[in-house]
Amino acid sequence: MKIWLLIAFALSIVSCGAFASSDSPSKERQSSYEFMTLENKAMQDDPNLNPAMFWVMDGQSLWNFKSGQNNVACASCHGESGKTMRGVATQFPKIMNGKLQTLEGQINQCRVGRQNAPALAYESKDLLALTAFIAGQSKGLPITVHETSENKADLKQGRQWFYERMGQLNLSCAQCHEDRAGLKLGGSLIPQGHPTAYPIYRLEWQTLGSLQRRLRNCMSGVRAKQFEYGSPEMAQLELFLMWRSRGMPLESPGVRP
Amino acid sequence: MSKTSHTKITMPSTEKKGQIIEIRAIAQHDMETGFRYGDDGKVIPRDIIHLFSCSYNGVEVFKADLYPGMGANPLIVFTTIATETGTLEFKWAGDNGYEAIDQSSITVS
Repeated sequence: MKIWLLIAFALSIVSCGAFASSDSPSKERQSSYEFMTLENKAMQDDPNLNPAMFWVMDGQSLWNFKSGQNNVACASCHGESGKTMRGVATQFPKIMNGKLQTLEGQINQCRVGRQNAPALAYESKDLLALTAFIAGQSKGLPITVHETSENKADLKQGRQWFYERMGQLNLSCAQCHEDRAGLKLGGSLIPQGHPTAYPIYRLEWQTLGSLQRRLRNCMSGVRAKQFEYGSPEMAQLELFLMWRSRGMPLESPGVRP
Repeated sequence: MSKTSHTKITMPSTEKKGQIIEIRAIAQHDMETGFRYGDDGKVIPRDIIHLFSCSYNGVEVFKADLYPGMGANPLIVFTTIATETGTLEFKWAGDNGYEAIDQSSITVS
């Protein structure tokens, strides 16, 4: 009798583990905005309360500031209005000249290639400011990352990073953010992991941060070796996550607790 | 932190005399506590805003002391009574010579 109970128990565990949901989750996709308190929602929605707007303002000045040996500003090619990049952030990560580029990567590509200036460090104020300035112009637009013949291989690899177990805790992204989304981890609600608001002003960080910083957070949480900032692995994972959130409106720059 | 930074004020631009108005003032600042250590193992020196004040046509109506326990980019929400048409001036002062000034005007009818 005992043995049968044990076997039944073991089987139930196995079946739970095997319940790996598909790429298009049956439950409705939800931005973690929905789970926030009214105060935090108000903070994100009101530009006069959203601290990330300070980075957007800084980004605008950087956009018009001539730098590098070529002495050109972003605005010299892309225009000054602050509206010309509308929709751009919804397409990234994107294959540019045969290489998968994140938005941050493309900004640095422009800096090195066009301005002849040193690349900006990841999570530096300047790079975050430019990213926030560009991404903020697409606020409210749906994410338009689709599978193409070009990005197919990277998307496949990104999907594998999402479903592959990693770290000493031997957990995959999907085990929390798909199978257990909506449940609790400690006191916090587990979100579905849709990167719709990056760069985000995270209250826990007391500053603005990129999606890659957030991903590295989780990787250190499961005690895995973190992907490097700006690495191809990061770009592939970002690509998969953005593809998974396709059609959801971009909220950048967002606020999260 | 630079010597000054962006600030933003949210308040009504018109109000009836005697009404209570809500004012929100937010300043861009790291509010470095002085208790944290950098990657090199050394203490990151304290760098905070320590004083905020608001004057209404030259009369101080609100003042706050800020401490290291306060978060980055502090948002201060307070109220005052709309007494007369004029300008509200907001001042932040902090470590390392940090100073920021902002203004907002109100028409009282």
